[in-house]
Amino acid sequence: MRIADKREPTEYEACMSTRALSLTHTTIGKKMVMAISGLVLFGFVIGHMLGNLQIFLGPDAINGYSHTLHSTPILLWGARSTLLVAIVAHAVTAIGLVRLNRAARPVAYVSKKDVATDYAAKTMFLSGITIALYVVYHLAHLTYGVTKGLGYQHLPVDKNNWPDVYHNVVHSFQVPWCTAVYVLAQLALSMHLYHGAWSLFQSLGLNHERYNETIRSSAVAVAMAVCVGFLAVPIAVFFGVVK
Amino acid sequence: MKFKLNVWRQANEKSAGGFEKYDIDGITNDHSFLEMLDVLNEKLIVTGKEPVVFDHDCREGICGSCSLVVNGHVHGPQEAATTCQLHMRKFTDGEEITVEPWRAGAFPVIRDLAVDRSAFDRIIQAGGYVSVRTGAAPDANSILVGKDVADRAMDAAACIGCGACVAACPNASAMLFTAAKVRHLNLLPQGQPEKDKRTIRMVTQMDAEGFGACTNHLECEAACPKSISTDFIGELNRDLASAMLRARADRSFTGG
Ligand code: HEM
Ligand code: FES
Repeated sequence: MRIADKREPTEYEACMSTRALSLTHTTIGKKMVMAISGLVLFGFVIGHMLGNLQIFLGPDAINGYSHTLHSTPILLWGARSTLLVAIVAHAVTAIGLVRLNRAARPVAYVSKKDVATDYAAKTMFLSGITIALYVVYHLAHLTYGVTKGLGYQHLPVDKNNWPDVYHNVVHSFQVPWCTAVYVLAQLALSMHLYHGAWSLFQSLGLNHERYNETIRSSAVAVAMAVCVGFLAVPIAVFFGVVK
Repeated sequence: MKFKLNVWRQANEKSAGGFEKYDIDGITNDHSFLEMLDVLNEKLIVTGKEPVVFDHDCREGICGSCSLVVNGHVHGPQEAATTCQLHMRKFTDGEEITVEPWRAGAFPVIRDLAVDRSAFDRIIQAGGYVSVRTGAAPDANSILVGKDVADRAMDAAACIGCGACVAACPNASAMLFTAAKVRHLNLLPQGQPEKDKRTIRMVTQMDAEGFGACTNHLECEAACPKSISTDFIGELNRDLASAMLRARADRSFTGG
């Protein structure tokens, strides 16, 4: 027997009867979008870092790697379209959440002190925007070569007719301001991951008393590894280790 | 002891409000923070001024009525305690003390330091209950609850609904409160029949009240007078995702 419920139809009933309400309409669902898109970007970042490190194996290794990617359109465009979807979802949702969170406290505190959070967590939007601006410059610089003439050269291909990644990277990082831009962007990325790489577990509900500490310390370790891995290339070139 | 107080005064929700300075003397080590404000109010009343309005009830740390951000600390500088449990011996003689109300759009100021926390009541009304048949009391132990589950549910149920989590959160998010209330019932056998419905309704009510989203700063857990763990927030996220997936599946069965 069902007892009639005379209350107003609720969000739950609305959700059961129409398509009006779905997970992504809730703040929790939006955080899950942040976490999953962040995870995709995070996976890319690791792959990209490993790719970059091939510069230490000499021009043929990294130029050949670039050639393989470019001559496998499925791989290249598959990765690019996944990344595009992830970055758009991540950025659009981030802007929505930041606006919502600012509106939730219309009158600011005068004296409030933070006791638990950290700088990386408080500056997620700032580090995110820094990364976005950097990505635009980075694509223009090394992928499309449209910033040549700003103090470094850009060659399309090497003697094997492969993209001359090695030459372009080495020439760019001999220019101090260019190295500085990359170093700053990498620091922003590492800070973003310092918070993001553990925060995503909490957002997705993949937390447990027993594993929380491990997740937190692994996130810090991965953020550090990404920092060192990416910085190795510009620093090595700048100090003439790779030339 | 003497103190220089810097207290937020605001006539009503609509008016602007601002800080007023008061000098107070004759306070002892044994005065609680609220008793110190009582002393201030008695002085204000005899000089024909309006007393400072602040919320309080039990004054023994169990009702969740008291609030206040004291020198930038939610419920004052003492860890895992409400403002009514804070004593003036925690301060140094002559110290300047700034007192602000909870700040959140969903908690409008009623007057001075008192804010309207009925948004929390509406979240509870949306699903913070279990439906039971009335009649004779059921036999004891007819529903078995494992000790570990009972303990976890009790940890969540320790929430006194004071709103410190919202006050402390950089985003004014009510996730710790909602998570504690949802998980308290979702953990127990009595809460199972309405589990999904409760989760979805309480979360959508929380969002409708205009609280912010959680960004895992963990300020809430640090400010909570009952030290409720942010683990419950992750568990709420999990419960919501599975409730929504099941609701979607049910809908496609019923053709809705
Ligand atoms: C378009 C540029 C970006 C913007 C504007 C942006 C912004 C944000 C914001 C506002 C958050 C939520 C902060 C919080 O929960 O405290 C966030 C979380 C996150 N971001 Fe980004 N971000 C950007 C790019 C990236 C990139 C390139 C990566 C990958 C390396 C990334 C990985 C993450 C991760 C893993 C999270 C955690 C998600 C969670 O808390 O559940 N983001 N981002
Ligand atoms: S007055 Fe009841 S908890 Fe402080």
